[in-house]
Amino acid sequence: MLHAVLSAATEGGETHSPVIPEVYDILWSSVCFVIILIFFWKYVLPRVQTMLDERGEAIEGNIAKADEAQRKAEAALEEYTAQLADARAEAGQIRETAREDGKKIVAEAKDTAVSEAARVTASAQAQIEAERQSALVSLRSEVGTIAIDLASGVIGESLTDDQKAQAVVDRFLADLEASETAAAGETK
Amino acid sequence: MFVVARAELHAPKQEIALLANALNLLVPMSTNDGEFHGPSIDEFFPGALFFEGTNFEINRIMLVRFIAVVALLLVFWLGTRHLRVVPGRFQSLLEMGLDLVRVNVAEDLLGKKDGKRFLPILTTMFFMILFMNITGVIPFLNIAGTSVIGVPLVLAIVSYVTFIYAGVKKSPENFFKNSLFPSGVPWPVYIIVTPIELLSTFVIRPVTLTLRLMMNMIVGHLLLVLFFAATQFFVFSLGGWWTLVGAGTLAFGFAFTLFEILVAFLQAYVFTLLTAVYIQLAVAEEH
Repeated sequence: MLHAVLSAATEGGETHSPVIPEVYDILWSSVCFVIILIFFWKYVLPRVQTMLDERGEAIEGNIAKADEAQRKAEAALEEYTAQLADARAEAGQIRETAREDGKKIVAEAKDTAVSEAARVTASAQAQIEAERQSALVSLRSEVGTIAIDLASGVIGESLTDDQKAQAVVDRFLADLEASETAAAGETK
Repeated sequence: MFVVARAELHAPKQEIALLANALNLLVPMSTNDGEFHGPSIDEFFPGALFFEGTNFEINRIMLVRFIAVVALLLVFWLGTRHLRVVPGRFQSLLEMGLDLVRVNVAEDLLGKKDGKRFLPILTTMFFMILFMNITGVIPFLNIAGTSVIGVPLVLAIVSYVTFIYAGVKKSPENFFKNSLFPSGVPWPVYIIVTPIELLSTFVIRPVTLTLRLMMNMIVGHLLLVLFFAATQFFVFSLGGWWTLVGAGTLAFGFAFTLFEILVAFLQAYVFTLLTAVYIQLAVAEEH
């Protein structure tokens, strides 16, 4: 009842056409539009633009950084490979040198050994010769003395005269040698 | 959904209640009087809340618009306060919306340079329309801020002024020549073509922009009111087996609510896109 009265009061007053704008409608619409326009124009869009620029820079920076890292890695790899090759070559060289050195050392050692052996042999022979000579000399003098003593005893004459004694001894020895060679010849 | 239905039904009545004195608060209770109340065009002209009769009158729909504006400002202020280079979820969502206008409308149609020039206008249009459309399906608001001619008309005028400004700024004589006397036509044909071009470019464009948006929102609202009012009527006034019919109308109401969300996006997009197309045609060297 009350409702009917009220709706009659409100609907009956004026008929509205949806395409005829009211002044307040246009006014408030404009106000809304201007507020939103200023908000987007002066606040949102500049901030978003700044952020997009930063993002672009960040992406570019990261790409550049990645490129740099890639380049560094490649350079390091190259250097490493080169170093490895150098090391290999050097190792080969060292091995070669060592082998040659070894050969040389062996040869030298051989030479030294040979010459040492020769020297030892030579010195031994020299010593033997010297000892033989000294033995010969001492033997001769001893044999001479004994022989002289013996002979002196036999002939009763002193063979102190050196010249005579020497001659006797020499003759005796020569005879001895001759007899020895003759004996040797017989046994042959 | 039922809450929406009740709010839809009661909303226009509540203004009447506000208009009248405290006694009339009983009026919303009197809707169950056994008659079916279909929606009418008066739904879009609720009584004034403040400043009645002045040029600053504020009624329910104006209030809904203010709420939409406040929501828009709040969402974008909070969303862009701390913008990060690596976006979070909320920022990604906002960027998606902003990119829809910036990339898919402004830059695709106008190019980088002109796109940037007209971006504030286009962004404002898109989000203002979107937020004011979407109030049509938000419970307790239940009416699109764009369903009264003010907003569509103001935005259409903005679009109109913008594309004429863009054309005149680019080259005054070429703009009108290209608009009114398209090249490659023998001159006698201009007798027919020029009035048609004049009408289509300078009259039809703003009118269609305005009406397309407003009528979509009006019809959407009326459809929703119709379905939910019918549900109310079948279930509570008739009852019995009619409840089944009421369930059907409720299902339709739900489906159309979803459809209205789509329409809200679509109309905002179409309005913005058409404005961009008009600007693009105006700044193009030749047609």
